[in-house]
Amino acid sequence: MDEIQRQLIREIAGLHEVPQGAYNFRVNGQLDGRAVTENINIVTKEDKPGIDIIIKPGTKNESVHIPVVLSQTGLKESVYNDFFIGEDCDVTIVAGCGIHNGGDKASEHSGIHSFFVGKNSRVKYIEKHYGEGDGNGERIMNPTTHVELSEGAYLEMETVQIKGIDSTKRTTSAVINDNATFIVKEKIMTHGKQEASTDFSVELNGEGSSTDVISRSVAKDDSKQTFYARISGNNKCSGHSECDAIIMDRAVVRAIPELTAADVDASLIHEAAIGKIAGEQLIKLMTLGLTEQEAEDQIIKGFLK
Amino acid sequence: MLEFQNVSYNVSEDNSEKEIIKNINVKIDGRFTAITGPNGGGKSTMAKLIAGIIKPTSGRILFDGEDITDMSITDRARKGISYGFQQPVRFKGLTVNDLITMAAGRKIDITEACSYLSEVGLCAKDYIGREVNASLSGGELKRIEIAMVIARGTALSVFDEPEAGIDLWSFKSLIKVFENMYKKQGGSIVIITHQERILEIADRILVLNNGAIEKYGTREEIFPGLMKGDIACSALTKACDID
Ligand SMILES: Nc1ncnc2c1ncn2[C@@H]1O[C@H](COP(=O)(O)OP(=O)(O)OP(=O)(O)O)[C@@H](O)[C@H]1O
Ligand SMILES: [Mg+2]
Repeated sequence: MDEIQRQLIREIAGLHEVPQGAYNFRVNGQLDGRAVTENINIVTKEDKPGIDIIIKPGTKNESVHIPVVLSQTGLKESVYNDFFIGEDCDVTIVAGCGIHNGGDKASEHSGIHSFFVGKNSRVKYIEKHYGEGDGNGERIMNPTTHVELSEGAYLEMETVQIKGIDSTKRTTSAVINDNATFIVKEKIMTHGKQEASTDFSVELNGEGSSTDVISRSVAKDDSKQTFYARISGNNKCSGHSECDAIIMDRAVVRAIPELTAADVDASLIHEAAIGKIAGEQLIKLMTLGLTEQEAEDQIIKGFLK
Repeated sequence: MLEFQNVSYNVSEDNSEKEIIKNINVKIDGRFTAITGPNGGGKSTMAKLIAGIIKPTSGRILFDGEDITDMSITDRARKGISYGFQQPVRFKGLTVNDLITMAAGRKIDITEACSYLSEVGLCAKDYIGREVNASLSGGELKRIEIAMVIARGTALSVFDEPEAGIDLWSFKSLIKVFENMYKKQGGSIVIITHQERILEIADRILVLNNGAIEKYGTREEIFPGLMKGDIACSALTKACDID
């Protein structure tokens, strides 16, 4: 790995050195390092690019890091990563993709991640997307996430895209069984002419299943964002989605909820709030001695924290 | 130290001008001045004029002899003016610690940030990491607002009804907060208040009624009359009852 690649890894995975536990580094389409543990195995797929991550039942307090970096301009790849998580686990999975594009051709990464989570397991899934580089080539990321939660399972997905991705289409689908819970916390900031579209569909099939899909975003300059949140309640369940966006300059934000209740005991709520930074917030911070620009930066930083 | 010269503030309402502050001339040079008067008298408007949140329609405002009329909110804050709002602002995402740190204007450690919260009677460890969002109660928010002004420690601190929403038991210690500020910090304090107990500890009292100064003088001169039932006073006690 060179310095640019190491820097990307630091941005997306917060890693300064080789992580503890299992990991798989993918650099410019090639395997660049892997470690497995007694409980967590990583196997390269035979039929298509990608890996299978197999976590033994009962695995607790372990983590898997699977960062991807692209620093070669014009590289386009689709990678399939499947997670098979046994029963009664408690694990943290850190994925993420960093693109450095110093050239004129578009670099594109599509990560297709599927999670099959066993009974009563808890999973924390952290995914961070980041782009940089002074070339004219676009940086494109289209992550697809599919989640299947068995009885009593819990998956919390934290997804962050703060900087440097020109175009992104993120699709997340989930099937939730009895007493299982799916939580999403999404943070997005777009600027320039960037476009981001996120699309969540959650099927609450199990009795006592629940979901909470929360998106906070900031759209600056001429950027555009679309937020779809579809929740179907097919049993006694509860679902909540929330889109909270700060809009600035000439940006456009659309929030489109779709709630389908197919059971009288399904309780579904959607909240959406799109607006500029409240004037009184700017004024308050200015009375503390911040300039208007500093106040704006602090408010956004806090909002996306 | 703070001077209003012929300051007026008008707003236009349905094609007519409404005078909210009417040609005020006043020097606020005491160390502890209380501003009181009926609801709608123009007190908060005066505070906003001091902080630069609104600009006078005419007249000049001087701070330590310098004309600050055209100065921005930020520049006034940096010159040493602090303003604790009547209605504190909520922020999604920013924590109490973030705000206290911004108020202090420098890197401070948690111990120092906590000391400002303790001063206003908040158990620091419960609050320091909390978001200043809709989940805080009105009284908690009000205390954090006061703590921010204390953390700034500037030459002039203006508090707009700091007592509002503070429960009776904590009110005593609130008075101590201002007494401590008076003793420890070198600056001047201006408190907009409807509370007798705060008026009692002020050096000077200014009564603002209908956009004009009705009375201004030392506590000894003004306070007894207020308690006897002049026009401003009936409104004053009414306001107290509402609180
Ligand atoms: N932008 C505005 N447009 C119209 N009227 C205004 C505006 N700002 C203030 N006012 C009016 O000016 C008057 C003074 O308001 P101000 O908030 O200064 O009163 P106050 O003395 O602080 O009252 P209180 O004790 O209730 O806090 C009120 O009648 C208010 O409705
Ligand atoms: Mg007021």
